[in-house]
Amino acid sequence: MRHRFPIDKKAFLAAAVATLLCVAFSFYGSRKLQNFDPALIAYLFGTLFALAGAVYRYAVWLQRPPTWLYFKRTWQFVFNGSLLAHLWLLTKESVRNLAFQAFIYPRSRLRWFAHFMLASGCLAAFAITIPLTLGWIHFTLDPASAADPAAIKIYNAHFFGFTVMNFELGSTLAFLIFHALTWCSWLVIIGCLIFLIKRLTNAGLIATQTFEGDLLPLILLIIISVTGLGLNFSYAFLKGFAYDFMAVTHAISVILFLVWIPFGKFFHIIQRPAQIGVHVYLKEGEKKGMAICPHTHQPFTTQLHVDDLKTVTKELGFDFTLEDGSSHLDYSPEGKRSLLAKAHLAARCESGTYFG
Amino acid sequence: METTAYKTDMEFFVDMQRCIGCRACEMACAECETNGHESMIHVNYVERSTTIQTTVQVCMHCDDPVCAKVCPADAISKDDFGVVHSANTSRCIGCSNCVMACPFGVPKKQEQYDLMMKCNMCYDRTSAGKKPMCATVCPSQALYYGTREEIARMRPNSTPVNTFIFGQLTVTTKVNIMMPKGSTHLKVH
Repeated sequence: MRHRFPIDKKAFLAAAVATLLCVAFSFYGSRKLQNFDPALIAYLFGTLFALAGAVYRYAVWLQRPPTWLYFKRTWQFVFNGSLLAHLWLLTKESVRNLAFQAFIYPRSRLRWFAHFMLASGCLAAFAITIPLTLGWIHFTLDPASAADPAAIKIYNAHFFGFTVMNFELGSTLAFLIFHALTWCSWLVIIGCLIFLIKRLTNAGLIATQTFEGDLLPLILLIIISVTGLGLNFSYAFLKGFAYDFMAVTHAISVILFLVWIPFGKFFHIIQRPAQIGVHVYLKEGEKKGMAICPHTHQPFTTQLHVDDLKTVTKELGFDFTLEDGSSHLDYSPEGKRSLLAKAHLAARCESGTYFG
Repeated sequence: METTAYKTDMEFFVDMQRCIGCRACEMACAECETNGHESMIHVNYVERSTTIQTTVQVCMHCDDPVCAKVCPADAISKDDFGVVHSANTSRCIGCSNCVMACPFGVPKKQEQYDLMMKCNMCYDRTSAGKKPMCATVCPSQALYYGTREEIARMRPNSTPVNTFIFGQLTVTTKVNIMMPKGSTHLKVH
């Protein structure tokens, strides 16, 4: 019997293994749940779902012929040692393109600034909340300083149950650490607002965007950030007024966000590192030589790329093989356009008139 | 993309033989809001050393777009009107698979953005019932956007063709090219 929505077995297996591993890490990372914060249980399930979904989609995505080819090539470069030659490129690109998203900068400074704010806020928030939710990080009051009423209270931060740092309560560092998510929220809000204004005013974006694909992610991030700030505002300035409401709306919006990561726009966070793999692929291909277009007689891409595309297109049901055994893919984009024009001219000539 | 005034009776008709290489379309294309003011249309000399022939190429909007199929990042999509859209900026990883696999040589890799961009038939205009920029400025009507009746009246000795043969492969497209009357396809190889 054919299912309407068949489950990809390999992807399901990968998702199940990843989720179980994460549960095991959380169990032992929180020292058998001693350090697990039960208030975060809903977030825990959201995170596990996001992980399972993201791994599932990633595994399905990898199985597409062009994606698989790049994936396979990257691992070949790892195993034949050629990736080592690109360590500097890898490091440079990771900092430039992943941490700073520098490739956006030439498109517009404001666009880059907004994206950098948004991405930094989100990634920093992930780095804080995910380990907290999984019980990998927790804080305790230093017992010695707690027992002495005259002493300055010391807070200990633990990672996987090991003490990693101490700081004084009431210090600037403590203020910065306790409000880390507040700073993240402001970054996200600034980025989202710039993008939202852009999306509501730019005619090109208005024509091509969709509500669920482009606007909803921004609105959701703003809701998460505003309700998150609201939690802090409520207990710092309003004596806890509307705290429950903020806590519930914050939890709902965050869990929606988590559950949506694998399916919507946020999946690009997980896809983006592939860009660096592609750069290595092109660099590695250059070593093996460039493809020369038979029409323009100019190099246009690597021979490895052309050969790989011939395989991939065939696999996808497009056979560009020509009668003489060569391929239409041997021609550069300009060569292909010229061939079309020449064929068109020939057809017109044959008909006895150039125009009609 | 949700509410649109796209006119389904309007089609694109290209006659490269009429291209005079004036590049007015390039200038107009850069006015399209969806391209971020980058020109996406291609005008090039066919064989500069031996002929003054120029050719013009817009995206042909294939029925089964190779560019979308070879994209490792699922960045290219075709909508309900058959318009094949430019790469989704958040997904495109700049691999150039689409650039090298497109049988018509259409997608452009914008190296400075590490992003592929291509003609989307001026979606900001066509989705509002207007003509693409290039077709509004082409002085020789190498690029024409209108109804089949209009083109039949204007070009009685030509037939719009949307089937192309590249060796083993037959490609059908949304955009037509004007061929001698009675033609059914254009064999490139």
